[in-house]
Amino acid sequence: MSSLLLGILWGVAGVLVIAGGAVIGVWWERKVAGHIQLRYGPQQIGPAGSLQMLADVPKLLFKEDIVPSGADRPLFKWAPLMAFAPVAAAMAVIPFAAGWAPFDTSVGVLFFLAVPSLEVVAILVAAWAQRNSYAAIGGLRAASQMIAYEVPRTLAVAPLVLLAGSLRPTEVVAAWRWWWLPLLAIAFVVYLIASIAEMNRGPFDLPEAESELVAGYFADYSGMRWAIFMMAEYGAVITASLFAAATFLGAGWPFSGALGVVALVVKTSVLVTIVMWTKWTLPRVRQDQLLRFCWVVLVPATLVQLAIVGVVLPWM
Amino acid sequence: MVTEELTLNIGPSHPSTHGVCRLLVRLDGEIVTHVEPIIGHLHRGIEKMAENRTYLQVVPLTDRLDYVGSMYANWAYCRAVERLAGIRVPERAEYIRVIVCELQRIASHMMGIGSSAADTGATSAFLYAFAQRDLVIDLFEELCGARLTYNYVRPGGVSFDLPDGWVERCRAFTAQHPKAMLEIDGFFFGNAIARARLKGVGVLDPDAAVAWGVSGPSARGSGVDWDLRRDDPYSVYPRFDFDVPIGSNGDAFDRARVRLWECIESCRIIDQALDQLEPGPIMADGLPRLLAPRPGDAYDHIESARGSLGVYLVSDGSPRPYRMKVRSPAFCNLAVLPLIAVGHTLSDLLVILGSLDPVFGEVDR
Repeated sequence: MSSLLLGILWGVAGVLVIAGGAVIGVWWERKVAGHIQLRYGPQQIGPAGSLQMLADVPKLLFKEDIVPSGADRPLFKWAPLMAFAPVAAAMAVIPFAAGWAPFDTSVGVLFFLAVPSLEVVAILVAAWAQRNSYAAIGGLRAASQMIAYEVPRTLAVAPLVLLAGSLRPTEVVAAWRWWWLPLLAIAFVVYLIASIAEMNRGPFDLPEAESELVAGYFADYSGMRWAIFMMAEYGAVITASLFAAATFLGAGWPFSGALGVVALVVKTSVLVTIVMWTKWTLPRVRQDQLLRFCWVVLVPATLVQLAIVGVVLPWM
Repeated sequence: MVTEELTLNIGPSHPSTHGVCRLLVRLDGEIVTHVEPIIGHLHRGIEKMAENRTYLQVVPLTDRLDYVGSMYANWAYCRAVERLAGIRVPERAEYIRVIVCELQRIASHMMGIGSSAADTGATSAFLYAFAQRDLVIDLFEELCGARLTYNYVRPGGVSFDLPDGWVERCRAFTAQHPKAMLEIDGFFFGNAIARARLKGVGVLDPDAAVAWGVSGPSARGSGVDWDLRRDDPYSVYPRFDFDVPIGSNGDAFDRARVRLWECIESCRIIDQALDQLEPGPIMADGLPRLLAPRPGDAYDHIESARGSLGVYLVSDGSPRPYRMKVRSPAFCNLAVLPLIAVGHTLSDLLVILGSLDPVFGEVDR
């Protein structure tokens, strides 16, 4: 019973972390985008516009929840939650500090790679339920893209597992040494790129390509249901960055204890900023270019990385 | 496995149709098998309305043709009226017309380049272009009070003389503009993804361009070396030294990049025009209150930002045009879309449409 209670508690905590992260993330992204585009971004509400979301969230809450007449109602209504749940679940296995993760399991790394990919089901459901051609195209693009980029993403994490000799995230953190940074540079870059594609963000935001598909798979969503999709997207950005900061960049290194947590948060923020910076700088690739880039560049790069680690491993 | 073609209506209200245009598209997966621009959503009957207005009252209507480059339609119409009524335009007015129209070319091309960027998802490059456009619009606002529909070029001259300090501010603009263009050239046209998205997409071969009546940067991108400013000189253009940039591949990349280089050439023209500008009247002397040209017809055309913009006027001797017809470059350029877009992907279709830079006010009239 108590474990169930604890689970619920952690679940609520995880959702709150993602929601809070999304609120800060949206503000930060608007600032980053603004400054890249010779503007200021939000300025009026709170210092540097930081309380902008206090105005935006109620606006979303009070918006009419429209279900298109041709839509499959139950699927349409449940799809946003189906998209959000896997992202929140992935939060559970992230090693926040040395030797501690909310849900410390021996297959944590696998869990982290596998569970967020369930989002693709939610996106397909959302796309199909709307009965909208744009959404359908967006959903199919998302499916092909997310499934394709699973491969380099998983292969990029494999060297970590090899070096640590464990699939338990806390053990990966414990085994981490600073020289993994140069050794796993290729894997880290591939992981970052594949994660950006996995979370459908620019330059790989084809499923929601504004200039072609208007809003892609959530074209007909409004108000809070749309916001939950956005939250899932921000959640994916945050969890992927957290995971990279914790495993590739050595969690709290070079500090420990409370300072270590600060270091982890700083590293995560830097990665999140890089993700935003990329989106607002680069044009969008085309579907065939996207898939070719995955199979011709990223996958071979991770195989090279695996070979390098394979050579180093016997000397450890 | 059974597959079906998907019929998709893009527009009339869509972020990438650059106005009110509907594209009827049939898709095989992502590949476009059929595309048909359905125009007329923005038809206001400007040519018909002109028949019920005096010659001066038609000028504001021409503003609404190509609303991204209102000065051109003003000028093309006024040239036709001047030819019809035999009005001689003072030299200063001709210089001012050249200056504002070259500024207009820059403002319009910023929209063209910006939409090529926005269509490929580079929203930041779009805003960099728009920042430059805004500087031009500020100059226009100072000049005539309007930011979009200027009603500035009038039969016989222009409506206002240059305000104090305007020449210096214009020089300041042309001094910084080429640098800004080179910056956009570097970070957008030099970007690997942008090159991959624009190169080899929507190739229009020069013969087809001529056969379909494509003109302006869209034709020059294919290597058609034709520019009315040089090849059928009008106004004071023969007094300026400028080059006509042309592309070689005829793809979306060349069309967009020709626009970028044209902006730099426009700066050269503006600088020379400002140097040669001398004080004098800005409106022809002895114009009657109500123009009523002798019966007859006249056609005149200028090089607008989109291509050869012509206006044909027929007079029956009354103070109202008997008939007005606009030869719209945007309309002719748009017609070529099905020819060059079929076989490309849906993403490319909108990039190709953007690279033709249509303005639907002028297409639908």
